[in-house]
Amino acid sequence: MEDAWGAARSAAQVWLSLVVGLIMLPAMFGVSLGITETYMKVLIKTLKWATFRIQKGRRERETLKPSPSNGIIQRDDGSMEKEIGELRRSRPKRPDGGDFTLSDVFYFSRKGLESIVEDEVTQRFSSEELVSWNLLTRTNNNFHYVSLRLTVLWGLGVVIRYCILAPLRITLAAIGISWLVIGTTVVGLLPSSRVKNWLSELVHLMCYRICARGLSATVHYHNKQNRPRKGGICVANHTSPIDVVILANDGCYAMVGQVHGGLMGVIQRSMVKSCPHIWFERSEMKDRHLVTQRLRDHVNDKTKLPILIFPEGTCINNTSVMMFKKGSFEIGGTIYPVAIKYDPQFGDAFWNSAKYNMVSYLLRMMTSWAIVCNVWYLPAMTQMEGEDAVQFANRVKSAIARQGGLVDLSWDGGLKRDKVKNTFKELEQKKYSSMVVGDDSSD
Amino acid sequence: MGSRGSTLSKIPNVDKLMQETGFSQAHIIRLHDRFRALDNDEKGYLCPQDFEAIKELAMNPIGDRIIGAFFAQGPQQETVDFNSFVKVLAHFRPTDKNRPKESTSPDPINSRTNKLKFAFQLYDQDKDGKISRDELLQVLRAMLEMQVTEEQLESITDRTIQESDTDRDNAISFEEFRKSLDKVNIEHKMSIRFLR
Repeated sequence: MEDAWGAARSAAQVWLSLVVGLIMLPAMFGVSLGITETYMKVLIKTLKWATFRIQKGRRERETLKPSPSNGIIQRDDGSMEKEIGELRRSRPKRPDGGDFTLSDVFYFSRKGLESIVEDEVTQRFSSEELVSWNLLTRTNNNFHYVSLRLTVLWGLGVVIRYCILAPLRITLAAIGISWLVIGTTVVGLLPSSRVKNWLSELVHLMCYRICARGLSATVHYHNKQNRPRKGGICVANHTSPIDVVILANDGCYAMVGQVHGGLMGVIQRSMVKSCPHIWFERSEMKDRHLVTQRLRDHVNDKTKLPILIFPEGTCINNTSVMMFKKGSFEIGGTIYPVAIKYDPQFGDAFWNSAKYNMVSYLLRMMTSWAIVCNVWYLPAMTQMEGEDAVQFANRVKSAIARQGGLVDLSWDGGLKRDKVKNTFKELEQKKYSSMVVGDDSSD
Repeated sequence: MGSRGSTLSKIPNVDKLMQETGFSQAHIIRLHDRFRALDNDEKGYLCPQDFEAIKELAMNPIGDRIIGAFFAQGPQQETVDFNSFVKVLAHFRPTDKNRPKESTSPDPINSRTNKLKFAFQLYDQDKDGKISRDELLQVLRAMLEMQVTEEQLESITDRTIQESDTDRDNAISFEEFRKSLDKVNIEHKMSIRFLR
């Protein structure tokens, strides 16, 4: 028994020192040993081979062709006027331009059934479907058995991911978070000075770098010259809580969010000690004026770090950008837009909060191959003359969508949980009524 | 990985379903994925709330009636299983132009007549085989609600009945419905094409 314990202890020691030496220390100082690069190269080669095998298997079976878009059905993009006009083509036109025919219902019923088969909004709240399998069980939707070699590779992948990578990553994450709490508390004891700020930035950066290693995150930053500066507001599309780690790896931000209890609360309280973040009580969040005022005060103080805000308000599955809430755009600072696009081939980063809670989500992240993403810093934008907050928000949203290659939607991300407002239905009815009643309608 | 096999095994009577509806195996699998995605609580069937959660459908002026078409089996029907789901959607499959005319086999679900019957049922809520003046008024009210006055609704209703009602019984039967839509390209307008 004693020997077993002794052996276990020394194994644990060796393990820890390997982790610290090979991964943590280089991460803290922003140096790379090349281990991750090699891992990624091997991974990419393997996945390419797997794709090739699957495609070969498919051709032999002569099945569906993968299409570039994620759509299932062909949607006619004709407007209501055009479609109903075509339905009414066989009838003579009435003098006042308005008409009702029994065939009008075809347009609405077809639109209705199209949305039952596939709609633009609901699909954004579930994970993106891959065109080709990436050897993870969780993305295995319609891929069938191809060959023994592929299955062996998948099995090997499971072993590597769950038995080697996951414990490693969990260790790193634990080290990272405890370092954050301890480090920021220690720095918080110092009096306010430039040294304190510099130290706090260092502590934050180091901890986020360790956490990023803990997820095997490979991030490519583009256009670093546009990085957010002090006194500005950084705005990005939201896919998961990991976005924060990704962005904070390359710069220091002031976080905005709700006060939580438990472990999150401990982290939040210690972070605030070393540099100002903005945490709101749940009751304060309802008072929009108060929220805007606090954010404005922070932004106006040019020595404070840029605020990081996700205007969508909820996690979207990284295929599209949904409506940006105008609150962040009314504060009045310079907006630094950032586009984040994850590569779904290596791991699905989307947090489906309806299906998974935070802990199971993080475990899923740690058992993926890796998190690979591209971050583009876009040039700063400010509100133009005669532009209101909503238009400004849409302009920023379009820029982010264009850079990240995402679909630009104007649906509200809040629809994940709420019902559609009646105003949308009324808009449709209004459009239709002008076709029925014609030009001499009363309104 | 045998996953398609396992998806297929989850769907009962796939071959029968393929025969009855004319959907290919790949399309049935797609529809099954969608069915499961809509079935939030993994009950194995859909209830009206699951349909109401589809945002674009909630925007549709006759969204409620379309949902009703899935629950049309009986007055108390509250659940839709996958088979019924697919059968309703089969109405919107594009017509097979090259189908040989066999007078003995029944009409496929997506024939012109059956598409018309589907549309007719959206109007004829009490299923008595006729669209009464009242039923037509209700549909118009649903589609236009507050955008027009009650008088306008009534006059449109009367005009429509006048145009189509050939036997002067102040209601539109299925035959009159079919005849008035004779020239409309129903095969094209009431079809949903799958991309893959």
